[in-house]
Amino acid sequence: MTDEGDGDGGNGYILPRLSRSCLKVWRRNWDVFFKTYQVNFLPPFIEPVLYLLAIGFGLGIFVGEIDGIPYVEFIAPALLSISMMNSAFFECTYSSYVRMYYQKTFDAMIATPLSIDDVIAGELFWGATRSLIYSSVMLLVLIGFGVVSLPSSLLVIPFSFIAGLLFACIAMCFTAITPSIDALNYPSFLFITPMFLFSGTFFPLSILPGLVQVLAVALLPLTQLVIVTRSLTLADLSPLFLYSLAWIGLVTAIFFVVSTWLMRRRLIV
Amino acid sequence: MADNQVIVGDNLTKRFGILTAVDGISFSVSRGDVFGFLGPNGAGKTTTMKMIQCISPRTAGSLTVLGMDTAAHPREIKAELGVLPQETNLDPEFTCRENLVTYARYFDIPVSEARRRADELLSFVQLREKRDVPIDKLSGGMKRRLLLARALINDPKILILDEPTIGLDPQGRHLIWEKLKALQAAGNTIVLTTHYLEEAERLCNRLVIMDEGKILVEGSPADLVSRYVGSDIVEAEHTPEVVSCLQEMGVQFEIYGDMVQVTTDRPREVAKRLFETCNPGHVFARRGSLEDVFLKLTGRVLRD
Repeated sequence: MTDEGDGDGGNGYILPRLSRSCLKVWRRNWDVFFKTYQVNFLPPFIEPVLYLLAIGFGLGIFVGEIDGIPYVEFIAPALLSISMMNSAFFECTYSSYVRMYYQKTFDAMIATPLSIDDVIAGELFWGATRSLIYSSVMLLVLIGFGVVSLPSSLLVIPFSFIAGLLFACIAMCFTAITPSIDALNYPSFLFITPMFLFSGTFFPLSILPGLVQVLAVALLPLTQLVIVTRSLTLADLSPLFLYSLAWIGLVTAIFFVVSTWLMRRRLIV
Repeated sequence: MADNQVIVGDNLTKRFGILTAVDGISFSVSRGDVFGFLGPNGAGKTTTMKMIQCISPRTAGSLTVLGMDTAAHPREIKAELGVLPQETNLDPEFTCRENLVTYARYFDIPVSEARRRADELLSFVQLREKRDVPIDKLSGGMKRRLLLARALINDPKILILDEPTIGLDPQGRHLIWEKLKALQAAGNTIVLTTHYLEEAERLCNRLVIMDEGKILVEGSPADLVSRYVGSDIVEAEHTPEVVSCLQEMGVQFEIYGDMVQVTTDRPREVAKRLFETCNPGHVFARRGSLEDVFLKLTGRVLRD
């Protein structure tokens, strides 16, 4: 009665085995978030106000218009996109790592009927939810300043969940392979920070050299978020709108599978 | 296989690369047992527990819990287990009660029922007045009791305890023992690992001693003591006089550092002769214990 096939670290399958149970993991994170909501809701209110005042209205005086659009309306969707990226990415890197490694929350969960796949899926959906919460709050502020078009901008809310899921899945891959919490600084500084600047956020991609433009549109996830969000807040569809949506859908699916597989490899021994 | 056997391992093996952590062990736990896995560090106890909990896949052999294969039915098996982990993994963001209610959700227990059980279990582990206290305000002993309450939240068929009293003061340890005794009396099946042999002697009705991934012996504590060390032990200072004297008497003895140990069923006779003829300094007679069995079987060399 031997079955050597069991000895591969529980990785005898590739696709995540999803179950409704992942919602219990999601719910645990939701409960913790709203326990400390005073701390959690302040940043998404304050951050866009600072950027709008300093860059949009301050720097905007010198910039004037970009492609016929007032500068503050040009960067408003970029602020939303950056918030989706940051909230999901940092939730599923540093925060997930703390839950996994320091608090042993994952260990406690998999001692119940929950599987590793449930735990990781719950974490990913929570990262996406956090993106939705943050960018919705920010959207309110932007509506208050009158720098986004209505009603098309309301579509940013459902989109922010999908965009958040993309960054949650990418983040979870780093969390699955990082040797320590400090090593997570590498993707933060080498991946997130450059994207923050070179994804058509604060200046249009068209002023960059042709090859860099192509690479940004082909490879950078934040570029896709900015293209979609800007189309929604300006109520003016970019020719790349559908391309970016498809890009996000495909890459999210790939990284969802890869991140769960990597986590299984890390946690099942 | 009788259906009162709730855990059955047969030739169970776990390899990590070239290291064989569990090396073809066979054992069975019956309903109502308090079954102990004992052994020095690295003996394979915790690995075995993890395989029983369906969180670590086996390399070879077979393992069934409640008649189900651990590889095929992890969800169903885990629904019936209550696990007290060696490392505290309570949720630091929540109070005692929130910890229990959140954990109950993982078992699909409805919220109203979860709250009722949480209050009942908090009383059982004497933490009722700490109900709404965040867990970073709890002492080590309180945390372990809360972990015990959490392990019971799904009314498990089998309790798995990995070092249940690790790091506790004597009061904390006795309180946990008292609770485990009550659970045993209520007919619960308990599987535990421990480094504390006194704990195993008090709690377990059956146990195995493991070393280097293998089971060395299996039996009840009393049975193992009488089988491997005899009922009593006489200890004397290690001097050449005592040694030659014992050789003359023709009794078996062992030397541990500055001490000579005689295992015997006639302690009074041995002690009397030592006193009368060998000028032994101190002589000390006591009952044989599980610790003697353990050290005899696994040696006195430090493991780490």
